[in-house]
Amino acid sequence: MDLDLTPEEAHFQSELRAWLKTNVPARGRGGTREPAGGERLRRMKAWQRKLHAAGFVGIGWPPEYGGRGASLMEQTILGEELARARAPGLVGTMGIQMVGPTLMRWGSEVQKRLLLPRILNADDVWCQGYSEPGAGSDLASLQTRAVRIDDAYVVSGQKIWTSNAQIADWMFCLVRSDPDAPKHRGISYLLIDMKSPGITVRPLVQMTGDAGFNEVFFDDVRVPAENLVGPAGEGWKVANTTLAHERNMLGSTTQTQLLFDGVLRLAQRTRRSEQPLVRQRLAGLKIQVEALRWNAYRNLSSALRGRPAGIEASITKLATTELNHEIARTALELLGMLGPLYRGSRHLEDDGLWPYQFMFSLGMIIGGGTSQIQKNIIAQRGLGLPRAV
Amino acid sequence: MDFSLSEEQEQLRDSARELLARECPMERVRKIAAEAAGHDAGLWRTFGEAGWLGILVPEALGGAGLGLLDAAVLLHELGRVVAPGPFLASSVAAVVALREGGSRAQQEEWLPRLAAGDAIATLALYEGAEARLEGAALRDRAARRAGGFLLDGAKLFVEYGQLADLVLAAFRTARPKAGGDFDGVSLFAVPGGARGLKKEPLVSVDETRRSAELRFRGLALPREALLLGARGSDSARALRRALDACAVGIAAESLGGAERALERAVEYVKVREQFGRPVGSFQAVQHMAAEAAARIEPARALVWYAAWAFDARPKEAPLAASMAKAACCDVYRFVARSAVEMYGGVGFTWENDMHFYLKRSLVNAAAFGDSDWHRERVAELSRF
Repeated sequence: MDLDLTPEEAHFQSELRAWLKTNVPARGRGGTREPAGGERLRRMKAWQRKLHAAGFVGIGWPPEYGGRGASLMEQTILGEELARARAPGLVGTMGIQMVGPTLMRWGSEVQKRLLLPRILNADDVWCQGYSEPGAGSDLASLQTRAVRIDDAYVVSGQKIWTSNAQIADWMFCLVRSDPDAPKHRGISYLLIDMKSPGITVRPLVQMTGDAGFNEVFFDDVRVPAENLVGPAGEGWKVANTTLAHERNMLGSTTQTQLLFDGVLRLAQRTRRSEQPLVRQRLAGLKIQVEALRWNAYRNLSSALRGRPAGIEASITKLATTELNHEIARTALELLGMLGPLYRGSRHLEDDGLWPYQFMFSLGMIIGGGTSQIQKNIIAQRGLGLPRAV
Repeated sequence: MDFSLSEEQEQLRDSARELLARECPMERVRKIAAEAAGHDAGLWRTFGEAGWLGILVPEALGGAGLGLLDAAVLLHELGRVVAPGPFLASSVAAVVALREGGSRAQQEEWLPRLAAGDAIATLALYEGAEARLEGAALRDRAARRAGGFLLDGAKLFVEYGQLADLVLAAFRTARPKAGGDFDGVSLFAVPGGARGLKKEPLVSVDETRRSAELRFRGLALPREALLLGARGSDSARALRRALDACAVGIAAESLGGAERALERAVEYVKVREQFGRPVGSFQAVQHMAAEAAARIEPARALVWYAAWAFDARPKEAPLAASMAKAACCDVYRFVARSAVEMYGGVGFTWENDMHFYLKRSLVNAAAFGDSDWHRERVAELSRF
């Protein structure tokens, strides 16, 4: 048991902290509406480029692709410090966390050479084309067709809940390339240029009022065959490399700690923290936050020791998203009638953070594998219970 | 950074699990639970020979000289088999109190014997049903008299008080100060056979963990019986340290119990069939089990942290101990009842082992401060 950073890690941390202190742009806390379209995209790209120029984007990537081959520990430090500094998220996250590592593992030399260098500097923004109206939790039943005609796949069908499709240059997409194969087998992983003729993007407004995700329609879209990643029909396997990444992305405990700090400050400001019942609830939340924090260190140590991953990601995803929602719900209850006040209202507390978080965190409980799917995984892969019929 | 058990700690865990599977199977637990004393001297000797009883005793005094994290590893295994016996009272509570508050003579007299299993010690604290573990609840006084003290009062819920060769009894020697924790409370080393000490067993649902009511009637003690504490003024701090160690110990034990109860229930639902298939293939059952597993794992990290902090970061230890105690005892109750439900009707029978886990979870939740009290302490120590 040793909780100290090595001198190198400590140096990296202090260097990073110093940089973030002077460079993180001011922004709302999630309660104010984000500026729309072009202006938002410009700002987000500028932030990622600034961070990249300082050497803090995709640090886990190998140097040959523009990263610094940073250790898992350094990547963790980066994540924690970015969250602590309340830095904006990166517009290129899907590229950095999902498609980049997938291409490194499965991509052709041409794909790697042309696409990887454009990810870290936000020259290309990526979106993920997985879910469909009929394929949510049961992702493998997806129906978007890709028919091979000569040197191209012709894609038709529909994707949904596609974050950032309205601004993306590229989509990594799961398509059914062989309708006769068993459902996990007939799937291929395609890279689709979002400017291709036949693509229509229709924004969906979320319950928060933001237009974050979209429906994407494909009407005989021609995708060059060299945009296939991995072997045809092996897309499910290719995608699974990145699904594990997604679960980690959703499980940051620093965000949860900050959220808890927020509800605590709210309780103290309103003097509700003097009430025994409120103290019980706050302490209960704090205990859960701390348990997840130490559990994250435990999982990290296990990974650093090279032990194979089990169901930790599912437990973390389940517990963290549920706890975030509970924290927001507690804050709303502390606010009483002020709780539901939203954007633009007078008397708004914390810039409208809490009703926003209450809604947003519910989205996180559903996205990336619902809580119920995580429980299936824990029961079947973790505890060895038989597949439900 | 390395937040994981050391190789030695993993070995300790594995060898303890092996030894307990051999020496403390459920048939033996049932037999001990059915006996009047609820204690098996043979099993206790086995624990002593394995070096467990002195795990927290300094090497110079015949112990292993290890830390609370090592003890927590052991308690986790003891919890898995609902092991009966005064391990927590004697090898954790009393050893820590003596280590931190005892005079050299007291340590030399008692610690080697406790480590060897030749003597059993316990802590006498409670005067009422207090779920709050605070000095303000303690009123029984030790009166000073020439050359020593006179103890009068009654102490409840003294773990294995009937058997104890040494009772570390908390009596008030000065008025309580506002917010002064156990200030004004002193610990006294009372021989189990002292004149003026009467013991009466208490009957609880958990027959694997016994306790007694101890009555002190004009019990005379020499001045040397007082535990002076690290600061030499009183033993309040030693008492608090012992109670924090117990909180962590109970947390570890609860987690072990929860883990094992879930394992056994999962094994059962894999083979129990209804509607033509294993009930473990139903999502309602799977989600109950998954929820239990998802609550156990983060709680485990808290126990490690709290046990480690007890030795390595004493300033963080009280907060960490309270977090671990509340979290693990709540998890244990939740998991134990889920496990009973997973067994269905069979789980409600005496023949089935689940009731041992359920009952222990109940006792652990109440002992050494309940979850509400520990949460309030978390709030206070975090300056909410």
